[in-house]
Amino acid sequence: MSRTDDDIIVCRCEDVTLGEIRRAIAEGATTMDEIRRITRAGMGPCQGRTCRQLIALELARKTGKPVAEVLPSTIRPPMKAVTMGSLAKIGEEDAE
Amino acid sequence: MRRTADAVVIGGGVTGASVAYNLLKLGMRDVVLCEKATFCNGSTGRCGAGVREQWGSKGNCLLAKASIDMFEQLADELNYPHDLEFKQKGYLMLAHTEKEWAQFQKNVQLQNSLGIKSRLCTPEEAREIVPALNTEGMLGATFNGRDGHANPFHVTRAYLTAAERMGADINYFTEVTGIEVSGGKVKAVVTKKGVIETPIVINAAGPWAKPVAEMVGVKLPLFTQRHQILVTEPVGWLLDPMVMSFSIGIYCQQTPHGSLIMGIGDPHEPKGYDIGHSWEFLRDMSRIITRLLPALKDVRVVRQWSGLYTVTPDAHPILGGVPGIDGYLQAVGFSGHGFMLAPAVGQIIAEMALGKVTFLDVRNLDVGRFERGEYNVEPSVV
Ligand SMILES: Cc1cc2nc3c(=O)[nH]c(=O)nc-3n(C[C@H](O)[C@H](O)[C@H](O)COP(=O)(O)OP(=O)(O)OC[C@H]3O[C@@H](n4cnc5c(N)ncnc54)[C@H](O)[C@@H]3O)c2cc1C
Repeated sequence: MSRTDDDIIVCRCEDVTLGEIRRAIAEGATTMDEIRRITRAGMGPCQGRTCRQLIALELARKTGKPVAEVLPSTIRPPMKAVTMGSLAKIGEEDAE
Repeated sequence: MRRTADAVVIGGGVTGASVAYNLLKLGMRDVVLCEKATFCNGSTGRCGAGVREQWGSKGNCLLAKASIDMFEQLADELNYPHDLEFKQKGYLMLAHTEKEWAQFQKNVQLQNSLGIKSRLCTPEEAREIVPALNTEGMLGATFNGRDGHANPFHVTRAYLTAAERMGADINYFTEVTGIEVSGGKVKAVVTKKGVIETPIVINAAGPWAKPVAEMVGVKLPLFTQRHQILVTEPVGWLLDPMVMSFSIGIYCQQTPHGSLIMGIGDPHEPKGYDIGHSWEFLRDMSRIITRLLPALKDVRVVRQWSGLYTVTPDAHPILGGVPGIDGYLQAVGFSGHGFMLAPAVGQIIAEMALGKVTFLDVRNLDVGRFERGEYNVEPSVV
C-alpha cells in the first residue's frame, strides 16, 4: 500500500488513522494490545468491532506473521454501550 | 538479550520502567529489563492513573509530592513523541461521616505542614469546584489543585523508550524464573530466554512480586485483590478534579479525552488473582455515582475491566533491600497507589542500587518494619 492511504481512518470511534497505526508499528509495537495502548484504536464505543481486522491485517503485513496469530486482543463488556441510569436500575421492581 | 548486566529489572510496569530509566540517568551502563509479556501487562495497564498529594501519612505524602514535582517535568525530560496527558485539575475528597471529616482535618494539617497546599471546603465550596456534585449528606471536603492524572500507557512507555535510547536492553516476553544467589550475593537472573549474570536485581513485579521474592527466599507480607473499574463514552465537560470518597469507597474522574473513569474499592472482594468482571459492579457503581453526580445517568458505559491491587499490611509500599542478600532490591506492595509514586520510587531505588544516599529517607519502608512492628496504617485509601 502507498503512503497516501496514511490518512484513512481505521478506528472511527477514536479517530485513528492508518498512518498512526503504522507509526506505532514503526516505533516497535508487535501486538494488537500494544497498538491499542499507544493509539487508543479499538477503545471507543464499538470496542474495535470494525478496526480490529484492519489493524490485524496491517500488523500481519508488517511483521510477516499470519493474521490469525496477531488478531486476539480482548473484547471487553458491556457488549453494547448502556447508560448509567439504566444500569443503576438493574434488579429494581420497576426496572424497564 | 544481553548475557551480562550491571542490573536486571524484573517487570515492565511503571515501576520497573522508572527504575530502569533512573539507573541509566544516574550513570549505570548496562541495564537489562525483563518483562514476561509486554509493557503495562500488570496493574499499570489497568489502573485509574490518578496522582495525588492528599495522603494521611507523612511517607505517602512525601513520596507523592516528590513524584508530582517530577511528573510536571516528565514530558520534557523523557523527550517522548506522544502526549503524556498529565493534567492537574485537583482531587476533591468528600467526607460523609464524622469520623472521615475528623480524619480529613488531621490530614490537611499534616499535608500543609509538609508544604502541600490542600484545604478544607464546605459543601458549598465543593459545589463551586464541581457544580455537578450532589452535596446532600456531605459534611465537607478537601481539595488540592496540584493533584491530577496522566496516561499510564504513555508514561510507562516514555520511561522505557528513554531508557532504551540511553542504552537499556528491554526484553518483552521474557519471564524471569529464578535468581541465583551465592555467598549472600546476587549472581544471576534466570529467564526463559537464558541466564543473565548480574550483581543487582530489582523486583518490580507488581502482583507477582511475592513469587519473585521467593526466588531469593524472601517472604513478603502481600496479598493481591481485584479492583473493578469502568470507562464511559467521551462527553462534554462535566468535572475538573478527581472526585473521591473513602467511606463510600469510590473515585471518578474525567480524562482530557472526555471519557469518565471510575471504580469502587469493595471491602468484600476476596484475595487472589481473579481479574474477571461482574455486572454487579456495573450496577453498584452506577447506583452510587448517579446519586453523587446525577448528570451521569445519561452517559453510556463503553468498557469495564479490573486489575489487581498488591496490598501491604499498612498500605505503604515496601522499598529497598533485605539483610543478607547483597544486590537484591524491591519496589513492591503499592496498595493501589503505585502509579503516582513511580517517579520518586524509580529515583530512590536507582540511588540505592548505586550505593548513594537516597533523596528521601525511606528506611522505615523496608520489609523489616512488619516484624519490628514499626508501622502505621494509611487511613486514606479506596
Ligand atoms: C483498578 C485499579 C485502579 C488503580 N488506580 C490507581 C490510581 O488512580 N493511582 C495510582 O497511583 N495507582 C492506581 N492503581 C495501582 C497501580 O496500578 C499500581 O500500584 C501500579 O501500576 C504498580 O506498578 P508496577 O510497575 O509496580 O506493577 P505492574 O504494573 O503490575 O507491573 C509488574 C510487571 O511485572 C511483570 N512480571 C511479573 N512477574 C514477572 C516475571 N517473573 N518475569 C518477568 N516479568 C514479570 C508483569 O507482567 C507486569 O507487567 C490502581 C490499580 C487498579 C487495579
